[in-house]
Amino acid sequence: MSEVSTATTGKYSIESEKLNLWYGSFQALFDVDLRIKKGIITSMIGPSGCGKSTYLRSVNRINERLGYVKITGSIKVMGQNVYAEDAELVQVRKQIGMVFQRPNPLPLSIRDNIIFGHRLHTPKSEKVSVKKEDELIENSLKQVLLWDKVKDNLKRKATELSLEEQQKLCIARLLPVKPAVILMDEPCSALDPKGTAAVEELIWELRDNYTILIVTHNMAQARRASEECIFMLMGKVVEHAPTDEMFVNPEHEETADYIEGRYG
Amino acid sequence: MSNSPEINIFAESELNISNKKTEGLFRILYMMMTWLLILPVATILAILVYKGGPMISFEFLFSNPIKGMTAGGIFPALIGTVWLVSVALLFSVPLGVAAAIYLSEYAKDNWFTRMINLAIINLAGVPSIVHALFGVGAFVLFFGFGTSILAASLTLGIMTLPVVIVSSYESLQAVPMAFREACWSMGATRWQTIRRIVLPNSVSGILTGVILEVSRTTGETAPIMFTGAAFFLPYLPESVFDQTMALSLHLFVVSTQVPHVPEGLPYGVALVLIGMVLTMNAASIAFRTYLRGRKKW
Repeated sequence: MSEVSTATTGKYSIESEKLNLWYGSFQALFDVDLRIKKGIITSMIGPSGCGKSTYLRSVNRINERLGYVKITGSIKVMGQNVYAEDAELVQVRKQIGMVFQRPNPLPLSIRDNIIFGHRLHTPKSEKVSVKKEDELIENSLKQVLLWDKVKDNLKRKATELSLEEQQKLCIARLLPVKPAVILMDEPCSALDPKGTAAVEELIWELRDNYTILIVTHNMAQARRASEECIFMLMGKVVEHAPTDEMFVNPEHEETADYIEGRYG
Repeated sequence: MSNSPEINIFAESELNISNKKTEGLFRILYMMMTWLLILPVATILAILVYKGGPMISFEFLFSNPIKGMTAGGIFPALIGTVWLVSVALLFSVPLGVAAAIYLSEYAKDNWFTRMINLAIINLAGVPSIVHALFGVGAFVLFFGFGTSILAASLTLGIMTLPVVIVSSYESLQAVPMAFREACWSMGATRWQTIRRIVLPNSVSGILTGVILEVSRTTGETAPIMFTGAAFFLPYLPESVFDQTMALSLHLFVVSTQVPHVPEGLPYGVALVLIGMVLTMNAASIAFRTYLRGRKKW
């Protein structure tokens, strides 16, 4: 990271300014201005179609492959615009990890899954010793509290794990490339309550080292597992406040109605 | 509503009975249609085995035809077919798979892509005799390959290209999008994603398509008639610039063009031809089953 960027953004990991997004002729985001603090967990809540997933998917530019998406405004991650001319897509994605709604381990062994990202970003000429790889794998799996369960059969196919374990693995495989930000798109919605609790606990553990932005449908989860909360409605940000404040004393009526379950 | 136990509320009504009759009727109708489909195939096979079976011997398979093709074996035609099919594959498989990868993994959905797709579908619908004439014009005359294995195989390759593209495209599309998203979100390029995840998981489908193409190429007669297959050549081809005999054309020749052929001979040739095709189809199915069994997601 350059010195300029650290100077301007000691505090924030993701800053968007006047972000507008269209799917064809349908506008999904309206002038979204957000500043998401570094090193904490921020959750995004709101009814279906409010644009929270769209926002998340704009941050790592994964929306782009849909040819009909048009974006104006900017999103800065660690002080640098991800949509800038000189921003390399591969580097953007390397810095910004993503966890999906449905666990999507690759149809490879557990070991190969974890080391996949690291291999992608290592030049062919550079030989990485098996020992170094093993270390990375062990560290990653330990961080997601999966090491003890899988250490004896790392050759097993990752797709054979339980959903909870798969989702933990999907988080673990981001860690070897050291992303600055981790985006999570309803990471627990495919899991049972026990799995949800385990993954939430894990997310909480990770919060000091990474900035985490988590989209969720589950308000109890937002309340339990985030420090700041953003409420979106119809493509606009309604409220952004510390989670405790928002749930106890929401500033806007729409927020209060949504939190109390009057719609959505 | 009465709750008295004497009245059976689940009793069959008039409507139920008539519905059941209709149901039974359609079931039998569809079943008969299916059996009707199998009937011609079974009959053909039975006749071929009955009449051509006695012809098959080591000598029949591995010696040259003699006495104006009324006796002897089919070895040059057998080898010729292997040549034609192999060279056609060398051409159409890399080209077809590459095109399928482009269409499935890179191309955006715009008018140009749609036009390519339309062209592929149309190419599949072109009659084989038209391909033959194209082959004569393009490969035999324009490129100057002469009537040769090369010209005939390229014609066959062009003809089967749509099959390879479509079947490869389908198997690439069958790889779940979630795998691609997982790769992309870690910063993999398209090619890294294809190379490491998409291709390894679609190779079984692609190979199945290729083997099906082999069996189709084996049987084609029209495209090779004018481009490289010879009426009678009692020696083996030495390079792709030679002409060659081929099983399919040989069958046509001994059935219709040559006098005094013993009755069993054409059946024998046909049996070898269909045997080759069925063996390859069976191999394709077995292979696919094997690869499917290993794949888990």
